[in-house]
Amino acid sequence: MNKTVNQKAWFLVLPVLLLVAFNAIIPLMTVVNYSVQETFGDNNFFWAGVLWFEEILRSERFHASLGRQLFFTFSILAIEIPLGVIIALAMPRKGVWVSVCLVLMAMPLLIPWNVVGAMWNIFALPDIGLLGNMLNGMGIDYNFTRQPVAAWATLLAMDVWHWTSLVVLLAYAGLVSIPDAYYQAAKIDGASSWAIFRYIQLPKMKRVLTIAILLRFMDSFNIYTEPFVLTGGGPGNSTTLLSIDLVKIALGQFDLGPAAAMSLIYFLVILLLSWVFYTLMMRNEE
Amino acid sequence: MDLSWMAWTWPTAAFFAFIALSIMTLGIWEYFSPGGNPRDGIFLINTTRGDRLFISLLGSAFIFLGWLGLMNAELYWPLIIAIFWSVFVFRYV
Repeated sequence: MNKTVNQKAWFLVLPVLLLVAFNAIIPLMTVVNYSVQETFGDNNFFWAGVLWFEEILRSERFHASLGRQLFFTFSILAIEIPLGVIIALAMPRKGVWVSVCLVLMAMPLLIPWNVVGAMWNIFALPDIGLLGNMLNGMGIDYNFTRQPVAAWATLLAMDVWHWTSLVVLLAYAGLVSIPDAYYQAAKIDGASSWAIFRYIQLPKMKRVLTIAILLRFMDSFNIYTEPFVLTGGGPGNSTTLLSIDLVKIALGQFDLGPAAAMSLIYFLVILLLSWVFYTLMMRNEE
Repeated sequence: MDLSWMAWTWPTAAFFAFIALSIMTLGIWEYFSPGGNPRDGIFLINTTRGDRLFISLLGSAFIFLGWLGLMNAELYWPLIIAIFWSVFVFRYV
């Protein structure tokens, strides 16, 4: 069948383009303008060229924040994606328990980010928190406000608790869309559970998992509220992720030029990694 | 309308004008030769003209960032590398 070529249809995209221009392109242009200048407020700007980019790209502080951010993002992806798929595979496909499971899975996603941070902060406090108190009672020395390893473990646990449900729901949507005929054919062929997963379920989940990985990658790379409320970037700078560091530079130190340069580098890293993920995952698609 | 809060400079305006011009050129190209000329390049990924522009611009951005982070020389060099990179992408990727 031949496709109809009608370029006038592009005009239908115009309202979205205008909306994106106001909420994304114009602010981004402003950030680019700020990144090459110095300001002390009152709309007075002084040309700085590429100085802020050089300063940020060569700063140990930026390298450390970027390293922590990458470690955080790849850790939660390595945990949440397989765990989400395993839970989705274990969920019932028919009966009353389907609704119960779906509601239970959706609940963490409905809680605002700052509330999740506050909940986990109280939950993990070593003296009065249920988790912290219990771990210390079991003889495990745990204090996320003083120990970097404990802070990281709590941060990862919090993100896994909050966001694995998203992967579960997406993977589940992919699983229920597989027609029964596939399973019947596999049964006739005597396929093992692993073979069914590898050659039927996983390929059918590929598109939704691509979306899940991209969403979780971008969200976790942008994460701010939850770690800020839970640890505030501490102890020391041990959980200072890129976004927390950026806010410290922009609002704490009011260094708008370096903050703008850092924002652009941050944006380009997300853009590059998202593109690489998407391209690799869609490589074998027709 | 007062746009002083956007802190425009001539170099950044020229940068955005170049991006807008590139997208418009692709739009005109697409109008006269629809379909985006998809192909599998040397990286074994399927790309259209728009993808190739995106890869050129993103790659150029990282060429400049790499240069600014590692070298102390003039910015003409990364500009030349970025032009070569873009030609390479449009020709082979």
